[in-house]
Amino acid sequence: MPVLAGRELRIVGFLCNWCSYGGADTAGVGRFTQPTDLRIIRVPCSGRIDPLFVVKALLGGADGVLVSGCHPRDCHYASGNFYARRRLEVLKGMLPVLGFEPGRFEYTWVSASEGQRWQQVVTRFTEQIHALGPSPARDILAPRRGLASGKGGDSARA
Amino acid sequence: MQELDALKQRIVEALPGLDCVIGWEPGPSPLTAAPLFMRTPADVDRLVWGPFNAPNTAVYLPAFKGRKVGVVVKGCDSRSVVELIQEKLVRREELVVFAMPCRGVADASKVAGRVGDLGQVSAAARDGATLQVTTPEGMAAMPWDEACADKCLNCQYPNALVSDHFLGDPLAPAQGRDAAADEMGRFEAMAPAERMAWWAQAMDRCIRCYACRNACPMCVCRDHCIAQTRDPHWVSQEDGVREKLMFQAIHALHLAGRCTECGECQRACPVDIPILALRRKLNRVVKDVFDYQAGVDPQAVPPLFTFQVEEAKINERGW
Ligand code: SF4
Ligand code: SF4
Ligand code: SF4
Repeated sequence: MPVLAGRELRIVGFLCNWCSYGGADTAGVGRFTQPTDLRIIRVPCSGRIDPLFVVKALLGGADGVLVSGCHPRDCHYASGNFYARRRLEVLKGMLPVLGFEPGRFEYTWVSASEGQRWQQVVTRFTEQIHALGPSPARDILAPRRGLASGKGGDSARA
Repeated sequence: MQELDALKQRIVEALPGLDCVIGWEPGPSPLTAAPLFMRTPADVDRLVWGPFNAPNTAVYLPAFKGRKVGVVVKGCDSRSVVELIQEKLVRREELVVFAMPCRGVADASKVAGRVGDLGQVSAAARDGATLQVTTPEGMAAMPWDEACADKCLNCQYPNALVSDHFLGDPLAPAQGRDAAADEMGRFEAMAPAERMAWWAQAMDRCIRCYACRNACPMCVCRDHCIAQTRDPHWVSQEDGVREKLMFQAIHALHLAGRCTECGECQRACPVDIPILALRRKLNRVVKDVFDYQAGVDPQAVPPLFTFQVEEAKINERGW
């Protein structure tokens, strides 16, 4: 972070183990250059992603959240991504009411063999987040100063 | 009121076969009704029906699952009953539903906005298009549409959607102003950061009493609410707006596709935070994407309990 201070934003990526994580790996093995703002969290299936993971990340100050799973019909568990698709679509509709620009959250599908597609997805999403800039949540929802500031996690957050 | 007497008669007749019948009795103030659990004919005498029957009687039903109970419902309460049946949280055959056409309920917060301290109100009555409220300063009359709950202005289901005993003549759906749409319009007019700041300011008052959750008929996890787990720690004990908004997100998302917009969450809030807006927004999304309205059809499957391989209105490849 220090080297890139001021240039990187905090983007969280929830990637399913079977397709998109493999796709990101393929991109790495293929040495495709990618922006490095995205921190990947590997989950067993996109169906495991509770929309609240995304909300929690955004309220906590993430500048963007990207979810990626197996293409519909390709889910390792047959139907996880079908349920995920409905939930994530609903989530997408809700976030703007809380004050997050619609572009701060996207979900998509990348298979394990699609290293190139992963490179495009992560590049495009990172550019989109940079265009939006830092999340307003960082300032607006920051814990109040005073008593709370001495406590644990929040003040430790870089 | 003839219909109410007839309703009481039906309840008395049904009582022997039921654990209890849930309805309303006069509440602690003239503007409120309290839930009433009728077990004897003397209890049934206390039943009231009218502009102060705001509490949603359906909220108690899941706790009675496995026992046969009766419930008196307004139209909107009946939607909660339908939703509970859909989700198998109650069984239709264990319920006896009593209903009358509903002409709307008062919103105590709106009345307070007009007359001040509700504790000073000594009498309240609806007279057609006005609500008469008596305070030490005298009598104040409010136009009914400024005193009633927003949902009643354009109520589409004034007659219960499920009932075993329906007394009185069904009413036509209301044609009034869509207050929810107006509220949403105000929201949409704000810039994103402005909206977030608006929430931060509104939620700053939240005391995390969780009354909004407890009043919700579809919040059925009871002692297992994830807002109170420490592992995983979804919300911390910090008192910032971030935790409070997180809780609202939990409630709203857990109600996505299930919320019947009864408004009990907002009505229960002791500090009047307009939290219904979030639920309404989700309902609007559900309506747009799945063409679905919660609590209308007992046979329907809520949209997030299922999926279609090809979704008609989701354009996930658009990104
Ligand atoms: S929404 Fe309809 S059924 Fe519910 S209280 Fe208002 S008028 Fe009655
Ligand atoms: S979230 Fe609010 S409006 Fe929706 S069902 Fe629960 S109490 Fe009623
Ligand atoms: S009822 Fe109001 S004050 Fe209580 S937790 Fe809910 S929003 Fe906060």
